[in-house]
Amino acid sequence: MKTGERSKATSLERRLVKAIGTGLPLVPEPYAEVAAALDTDEATVIATLEAMLARGAIRRIGAVPNHYALGYQANGMAVFDVDDDAVAELGPVIGAFDFVSHCYRRPRNPPFWPYNLFAMVHARTRPAVETKVRQIRSRLGSACRGDTILYSRRILKKTGLRLAR
Amino acid sequence: MTIADIHEVPLDAIDRRLIEAYQRDLPLCPEPYAAMGEALGVSEAVVLDRLHHLQERGVLSRVGAVIAPHRAGWSTLAAMAVPEERLDAVATLVNACPEVNHNYAREHRLNLWFVVTAASREAVADVLADIAERSGIGVLDLPLERAYGIDLGFKPSWS
Repeated sequence: MKTGERSKATSLERRLVKAIGTGLPLVPEPYAEVAAALDTDEATVIATLEAMLARGAIRRIGAVPNHYALGYQANGMAVFDVDDDAVAELGPVIGAFDFVSHCYRRPRNPPFWPYNLFAMVHARTRPAVETKVRQIRSRLGSACRGDTILYSRRILKKTGLRLAR
Repeated sequence: MTIADIHEVPLDAIDRRLIEAYQRDLPLCPEPYAAMGEALGVSEAVVLDRLHHLQERGVLSRVGAVIAPHRAGWSTLAAMAVPEERLDAVATLVNACPEVNHNYAREHRLNLWFVVTAASREAVADVLADIAERSGIGVLDLPLERAYGIDLGFKPSWS
């Protein structure tokens, strides 16, 4: 995905994403319940979600797990300083590791922040996170000039997704 | 809450199959939970009961949609280096912004990391500027430039 792709979200899409932001209702006919709240019908809700999935505005619809409660208590945000010339080629390789849930390129901000590649690494213990990060580092090879791991200490706020107004 | 407060929740075979099978592709049909039950060989009532309990115990944060970044406005990852004694106060100030949906304390000199989502790039910049002004602490703006890998959900290896 390119930076700067702007929203093509319609008003119904915005209202729908907002309505299901904290989750679909756990009732036998959840789409009908959401439709009633939005003053539309079930078929429209389903068709709108299908369309948003098809064009990638919604990545997936399903059960969103909390890694910590699954026993993955040592989640680390691993960051790497990767050559600008190599990052486009190496990013997808790192994103494909099965222990990496998200992998993003972000801007550096020297001198405070030299890192341009972010990978969220999930494991049960810190040594296990570190082993995995060494695997990434070894795959990046000489294109990587530095790395570190930022472990989360406290979750201060975590709300469901929100669509900006 | 601190990370240590979140304990691993014991799960049985049905819980695990639900989590493995339905992080994506929740059925888009009028009775999705009945369809899931049929696929897993249990009743709709069992699926609803399990999902309800998994949510209640914090194993699932929700059953719902994961939205793609930058498709609905603009968002960024922001970071601040907050003196330890001010961390709680600054976190409270940051959390009070409705545009902030995630906020984590991390072990680094840059110890406060949060995601800001708003309607436009300018609106996100305004939120960051407001937080910087009110806290007197600079805010790093690290917007996503490129996402790598397809987000297929999380594949747990059960311990």
